Amino acid sequence: MNRFWLIAVAGALLGAPAWATGEDTITVGMTVSRTGSLNVDSVAQLRGAELWRDEVNAAGGIKAGNKRYRVRFVTYDDQSQGGRVQQLYTRLIVQDKAQFLFSPYSSGLTATAAVITEQYGRIMLIGGGAEAKTYELGNKYLFQCITPADYYLAGAIQALKEKNPHAQVALVYSDDPFSKAVVAAARTQAAAAGFKVVLDESYPPTTTDFSAIINKIISSRADAFLGGGHYPDGATLARQLHDQKAALKWVTILVAPDSPQFTTLGAAAVGITVPSQWEPQVQYKPDFGPTPEQFARLFESHAKVEVDYHAASGYVVGLLLQRAIEQAGSIDPDKVAAALEKIDVTTFFGRDKFATDANRHGLQLAHQMVLAQWQVRGGKLAKEVVWPDAAKTANVLYPLQDGATTASVLNPLH
Amino acid sequence: MILRRPFFWIIAVVILLFVTAPTLGNDVELRESLLLAAVYVTLASNLNMMLGYAGYVNFGSIVFFGLGGYFCVYFVSALGWTLVPATLAGGGAVCLLALLFGLGILRLRGAYFALATIGVNEAVMAFVTNFAPWGGATGIYLSSELFQPLGGPARALWIIYYALVGVMGSSLYLSYFVKVSKFGLGLLAIGQNEDAAAVLGVPTPRYKALLYAVSAFLPAIAGGLYFFKGAFIQPADAFDLQLSTEAIVITMLGGQGTVAGPALGAYLYEELRGWLLTSATLSNFQLVVAGALLLVVVLFAPGGLIGWVHRRWPRLRRVLE
Amino acid sequence: MIGLLASIVDGVLVGSVYGLAAMGITLIWGVMNVINLTHGTMIVCGMFGLYFLVNAAGVPAYATLAPILVIGFLVGVALYWIAVHRMIGQPPLMSLLSTFSVNLVLIGLGTALWGTVLFNVPVSLPGLSLGRYTFPGTHLMAAALTAVIAGALYLFLHRTRMGKAVRAVAANREAAELVGIPTTRVLALAFGLGVALACVSGMLIATLFPFTVLAGDAYQLKSFVVTVLGGLGNPTGALIAGIALGLLEGLATPFMPVSWTLVIEFVLFVAVLITFPGGLLSVRRARRVE
Repeated sequence: MNRFWLIAVAGALLGAPAWATGEDTITVGMTVSRTGSLNVDSVAQLRGAELWRDEVNAAGGIKAGNKRYRVRFVTYDDQSQGGRVQQLYTRLIVQDKAQFLFSPYSSGLTATAAVITEQYGRIMLIGGGAEAKTYELGNKYLFQCITPADYYLAGAIQALKEKNPHAQVALVYSDDPFSKAVVAAARTQAAAAGFKVVLDESYPPTTTDFSAIINKIISSRADAFLGGGHYPDGATLARQLHDQKAALKWVTILVAPDSPQFTTLGAAAVGITVPSQWEPQVQYKPDFGPTPEQFARLFESHAKVEVDYHAASGYVVGLLLQRAIEQAGSIDPDKVAAALEKIDVTTFFGRDKFATDANRHGLQLAHQMVLAQWQVRGGKLAKEVVWPDAAKTANVLYPLQDGATTASVLNPLH
Repeated sequence: MILRRPFFWIIAVVILLFVTAPTLGNDVELRESLLLAAVYVTLASNLNMMLGYAGYVNFGSIVFFGLGGYFCVYFVSALGWTLVPATLAGGGAVCLLALLFGLGILRLRGAYFALATIGVNEAVMAFVTNFAPWGGATGIYLSSELFQPLGGPARALWIIYYALVGVMGSSLYLSYFVKVSKFGLGLLAIGQNEDAAAVLGVPTPRYKALLYAVSAFLPAIAGGLYFFKGAFIQPADAFDLQLSTEAIVITMLGGQGTVAGPALGAYLYEELRGWLLTSATLSNFQLVVAGALLLVVVLFAPGGLIGWVHRRWPRLRRVLE
Repeated sequence: MIGLLASIVDGVLVGSVYGLAAMGITLIWGVMNVINLTHGTMIVCGMFGLYFLVNAAGVPAYATLAPILVIGFLVGVALYWIAVHRMIGQPPLMSLLSTFSVNLVLIGLGTALWGTVLFNVPVSLPGLSLGRYTFPGTHLMAAALTAVIAGALYLFLHRTRMGKAVRAVAANREAAELVGIPTTRVLALAFGLGVALACVSGMLIATLFPFTVLAGDAYQLKSFVVTVLGGLGNPTGALIAGIALGLLEGLATPFMPVSWTLVIEFVLFVAVLITFPGGLLSVRRARRVE
């Protein structure tokens, strides 16, 4: 008899945590590129998501119906490679019993993960994959929270048109899926804006030296540059455009200039514009959740690093999930998916609304990019929002000043 | 008679384990893990035939995997073929291409050959990045509808798994049969001293070309299955030199020139990496751990694991080839 | 027309840096038949060397050359004793693997410490202009320093006793030992030298472009291409081949989409390997012997 009770109690105690976990905890799974080339942005995104989790738990959890759920994350390292993503997402769903998934960072990894999440009927919210193709293949549970790649350069083109309606544009971009998608759309947008595209070329992503390409840009007599790719190439392009005095009046480079590290380029950074999903200075009035300023302050005191749009997209993904669960009153995937499909809200991140037609389900319809530019403020480099008018904090600097002028205005950096 | 040799049955048991272990518990996670192991074993075994038998280091062996993947995905998405003819056609096409490349580079020796294989891989990757019908840099996305002929995604993933285990098993058997055949004897002779072998009557150019093509076939099929499952292929993933290098590492770790070596090495390596990835503290250092381990093996046990086993227990040489 | 000229000059300038990067590999390979797969990472070490010396110690950029050369040499010698010494005389595959594993460890540590964050050292020197085209002063300086280093290496190998010992060991290690050359010391020295060259080329590259921990890969691949083109074990050949490669890139770019240059490079690489297995420059040498 005694032994029986002992075993029963032991069993209950051992089983209790699992029992308790299933009752009032939501498990959210994702892979993070802790190693490999995507590491910097992926970890920033994770930090944003973790901030959301900590905020939600501190407030008592997500309210669904008359239950409150705490949020628990399970993350694995995908090494910035597609090979393990499917194995890890399967593990997250089957072993770790994740009820909701967040995407990895980058469109390619997201596409691979989507095969698994769709198979198991789990919702995946995407904060780090801008390519639109993934949503055109027929899905029910994908929800993209950031602006799709097709609109990345739309703002830059509009802003340029205001300054120079007859710009001669050089489109020079990295041969990778994301940049190609961005420029494919930009080509049409530039033509519609009345620009002349005088150079249109892609370069291998591993290119280390752009001098020959820049000479080609100079030969084409372009006065505006749109393009780039990811980190190293974007930064190298910016530096070499400056070193070679390419005499461009307008330079928009994707991704790289948005990083706070871009300041290490010194004078070469001045005037470079970059499309951004979000900047701390935006003036959106949120329907719920923190204001842009509150979020930026919270993040920087929490994570001890400067905030950027990757962190913001990590946070908003959680925020939207929370909202949908609260609206649905339950954590059942189909009910939450229905709630997500009805969402049309403005948060600190901007407006979000998902496409619901079957041939592009989950594509983000409402969110807009802003255009940021590096300018000199008080002898130091600062990133200002220059477009759209509703969000801007400074006027756009046009034309780009040449190296000599800006170097004299800029205090020595070290 | 081959069926009397114990190693034949050892391979059969391994295949059986791969098939039954995840199926019995419907353990999807184990299946995913074993699938990656099977891919590594296939790559390493086929590489081992060139490396361990004939002594030719194929640094760019991943090019077969990637091209097989592209052919299969292209046939399925653009031409509407079903999976089986697509993978087989991919394998065949890659074999032919391998013969073509081989004609050029197989007259090189040693390090030059190794570098030439890297050159071939990089040239193919650069070409595919520019090749519009194959999606160029964007790659090809597969819609989930393509899983319907196989009974839906859940069932398709199981079918692909069994197919990959089949490919892995075929690689192991191929490795084994080649080793005990006259062809294999010729290859081993080439590996020891190519000129002497030629003088003694081994038709070296023909054997090398045949080997190069044969070692391309199964990895190409594995590539087709792998990228079909992932529903997405892009040049950077398909022709990732790092995978090639990992295959070489695995072969060395397990024991080059043996049949069991690459298999054992692949399995252990995959399990180790998988474990390191899911351990939060070690994840940052997984490369460090992998590198340190490899260094120890290379410095102190160059025959790899199987080599060490053979030296320690010479009797096992007959059983564990 | 001027654009073409500008591209040619640029090609030569950058190509010389590629050549310097390759000199380290070709030296090590030629002397001890070892393929040094830590080469790319050593280039990155040189890049970090520049960054830290300039930022933390305030050393002017080009003055870091000497300390980086020395530190690189010491690191190279250490690497030799850790990973390479036991591999001498074994098939090249073994040394390949041992250097590869050391590389994994170093990259792992690097990314664990610094992730893939971008670093930049803004160096600028007055350059030359040709119409609308500019040759940045940094590129000119890098090419000039490369020429100096290559010259110094040549003098070392051909005019000093130690240099001759290195060449002797490269030609025939056993014979060198028989005549009393301390081969182990020479091998360690040669390896140290090869790594020092890699580090210095990294330092020069960092004066031109921003970099990350993973930046070495692309340069390592280019180094292989250049080494093969120039002939194994031939540092001067490597320099010339590097310039030729840069020239090719410069010449091709104005005439065709840039994305095709890589295809051309690697097809050329394989073609050269097949037709001139000893490297482009050894063809001439072989003829002269006959």
